[in-house]
Amino acid sequence: MTQTYTLVINGEARQVQATADTPLIYILRNQLGLKGTRYGCGLEQCGCCTILIDGEPAYACTRAVDSAEGREIRTVEGLSGVGSDAGSVDHPLQQAFLAEQAGQCGYCLSGVLMSAKALLDQNPSPSRAEIVTALDGHLCRCGSHTRIIRAVERAAAALSQEQTS
Amino acid sequence: MSAAQPTGTTLPASLAANPRLDRWIKFMPDETARIATGKVEMGQGIVTAIAQIAAEELNLPLERVAILSGDTDEGPDEVYTTSSLSVANSGAAVRTVCAEARMLLTERAALRLNCNPAEISVEDGRFLQNGEAVDLTYWTVASEIDWSREATGKAAVKAVPDYSIVGQSVPRRDLPAKLSGAPVYVHDLNPADGLGDLLHARTLRQPGRVAELVSLDEAAISKAARGTIQFVRERNFVAFLSPDEAVAEAAGAAAVQHAVWNGARDIHPDQAEAVSLKALPSIERRIGAAPNEVAAGRLVEATFTRPYVAHASLAPSCALARFEDGHLTVWSHGQGMHPLRKNLADVLGLPLDVISARHMDGPGCYGHNGADDAALDAALIAVRMPGHTIRLQWRREEEFGYEPVGPAMLVQLAVRLDENNRPRDWTTEIWSPTHVQRPGSGSGYLLASEAISEPLAPPVVQDPPEARGGGGTRNAVPLYDVPSHRILHHLIEEAPVRTSALRTLGALPNVFAIEGLIDQIAISAGEDPVDYRLSILSDERACRVIEAAAEASGWSERGPGGHGRGLGLGFARYKNMAAYAAIAVALTVDEEVRLDHIWIACDAGLVVNPDGVRNQLEGGALQGASWTLKEQVRMQGQGVTTLDWESYPILKFSEVPEVETVLIDAPDEPSLGVGECSVGPTAAAIGNAVAHALGVRLYDMPLSRDRIIAALLAED
Repeated sequence: MTQTYTLVINGEARQVQATADTPLIYILRNQLGLKGTRYGCGLEQCGCCTILIDGEPAYACTRAVDSAEGREIRTVEGLSGVGSDAGSVDHPLQQAFLAEQAGQCGYCLSGVLMSAKALLDQNPSPSRAEIVTALDGHLCRCGSHTRIIRAVERAAAALSQEQTS
Repeated sequence: MSAAQPTGTTLPASLAANPRLDRWIKFMPDETARIATGKVEMGQGIVTAIAQIAAEELNLPLERVAILSGDTDEGPDEVYTTSSLSVANSGAAVRTVCAEARMLLTERAALRLNCNPAEISVEDGRFLQNGEAVDLTYWTVASEIDWSREATGKAAVKAVPDYSIVGQSVPRRDLPAKLSGAPVYVHDLNPADGLGDLLHARTLRQPGRVAELVSLDEAAISKAARGTIQFVRERNFVAFLSPDEAVAEAAGAAAVQHAVWNGARDIHPDQAEAVSLKALPSIERRIGAAPNEVAAGRLVEATFTRPYVAHASLAPSCALARFEDGHLTVWSHGQGMHPLRKNLADVLGLPLDVISARHMDGPGCYGHNGADDAALDAALIAVRMPGHTIRLQWRREEEFGYEPVGPAMLVQLAVRLDENNRPRDWTTEIWSPTHVQRPGSGSGYLLASEAISEPLAPPVVQDPPEARGGGGTRNAVPLYDVPSHRILHHLIEEAPVRTSALRTLGALPNVFAIEGLIDQIAISAGEDPVDYRLSILSDERACRVIEAAAEASGWSERGPGGHGRGLGLGFARYKNMAAYAAIAVALTVDEEVRLDHIWIACDAGLVVNPDGVRNQLEGGALQGASWTLKEQVRMQGQGVTTLDWESYPILKFSEVPEVETVLIDAPDEPSLGVGECSVGPTAAAIGNAVAHALGVRLYDMPLSRDRIIAALLAED
């Protein structure tokens, strides 16, 4: 049965119509036009659809809409701040990924960015091993892994500089 | 500016096939030059490299060059984006077109100013006469030129020393949008793009090309989908449509359980193994030297195998299609829009000029995956439902189950050595299914075209010709100095599942085999594998990359090995005519292989974008490592059984080593594509490093935990 849910996405309340177990990815992409959350497998195996719910990485491909109501949802469009802006690359993580040219086809990047954000929010100066652990649930088929790891290290350095200056 | 080089009148092949200038270049009202290319972005950075070449020849800043890629209405037909040829082919055409455009524009400006063209220069698209600004630009003059004229190739192109944009590490122009979460993929096309409300579609696949659908429980599918499903069915093609994507997806998943087929495939699991190839009917060929009847010299033999492997694109294939007022528009992430349009026209019985095929980015495809098939799926539905925009997406299981896989290969080498342990006679004997079943070639069909009709004639069994690098025979001839060489090619007539082009085609298994045997010969002769290679290699560019990889890896400190740590090297010149790559790999083996470090050395001639080249080389090495260590498509019964990332694991972040790249500077040599050259040598370097670490060689990919344990037990 279709119901109305109020979701807080990138700091903004959005009303959506869905059945209780509709995966969030379809709501984000098809009802709200937030296409940055990418569909990869629908099986919680590739990480392409990773979003943050209350700051923790979550798979949008299987996460039911009713379990996300009232929680803080963040997607790649809201990486930089409040609101959803699919054109922005202002966040230090995005800047670092550009500086390292970290990506080829780019399909994995939205999810990788969200996991990296969750990591840096909790651990501003992670070791390389901690970065690898945080990203290990993400698949990259193009072989951009080493650049992605370097980009997260670069973003961590930039963020800590921001903090101290 | 130093002396410019005339291009002569021989047009680059892409340009000869599409000679009209307006197929390539258009001066836009927003004061950009729009360059059209038939090659498409797959994450390899081609759009950026083409823009660099155009900006360089037009003397424009990069911001004033826009790229239209893969558009059948306006762009050139450059067939498929394959074989690491885009910079060499499309790049050459764009360079010639832009040089000619600059010449025509300059001549026109001179005419307007009533002066000698030599007095005219251009900055940022604005003309100067003897260094003084005048009121003429590319854009004001362009409208006075008939761009439908054919290219002559007579304009001088810039000399390499004058380059200021080509050769620079320009950032990829597609990456910011991808990092921002913008709707850049074909999967993301939107009602807001003027397409109206989308109907989401999923399909039921035919388990084998002659399987007949006996029954389909539509009620059960609708029930499982928990929403209203519209069914589209023609013979053995079935699609499920809903405005709600979750409903369409659920219907697609449920349908597999509620369909009964006659004549479906029935595959034995052993057919997934490369050794099964030897028992299959094949087309036999010999290429090169006559069979060696003189059995002189020591004979060294070894057999190497690679199983069926997957493209395993990160997203399932997707396409959109809309049929309106008799015109079909298809949006696809396939590798060639002109061939796709032709193939769609053939299947649908429509004239070419009522079909537009437009490329949009997709997940990296690394060859012929399901993208084209998805485009036909969407088009089949769209022509039956005029006025609706159909968004067709494969399910993950469908992508793994029905993409054309990279063929298994068995490579048997027999080498006669002279008294100094140098190869005197070499036989590379190959068993492989075809590496190309692209639709339209006669050797393959778009998947659904087999479902909608009477069973089609079996595809013609053929492989790409050796002049284009070959398929199963790709890189089967060692670049080393070998007095006589032959290839014995067993082209398998029918594999248990569809096979087609996957990054490097046969080069990965062939280089793995050749470089493995070279390593083995050197070791058994008590020689250092690098010194041994250099002693039988006359090609200086080849020697340079091997020396560079050896030096970067600290090869001279290598030691005897055998204690679980290994350093190995692999080398090839891709297709024996493209980029040179040597790879060194350091790794540790206990029961599994752990990669510690990869060093890449590459000579790709004139490099358009050094960072772009590094990115491709690194990616090729890591993907090659993944195939070598981890991947095998398994099958049983109706088809492929490795249908998700757990049963088909690929290299993970925690398994990736440090990667370093050395580019050999060779700006005076023609540009050579780099998308594939690092793959085979990486596989070989891993194989050789494992042999160094264990003192035992593994001949069968993937070099898995089970195989390592078995090899060690056999040794004890």
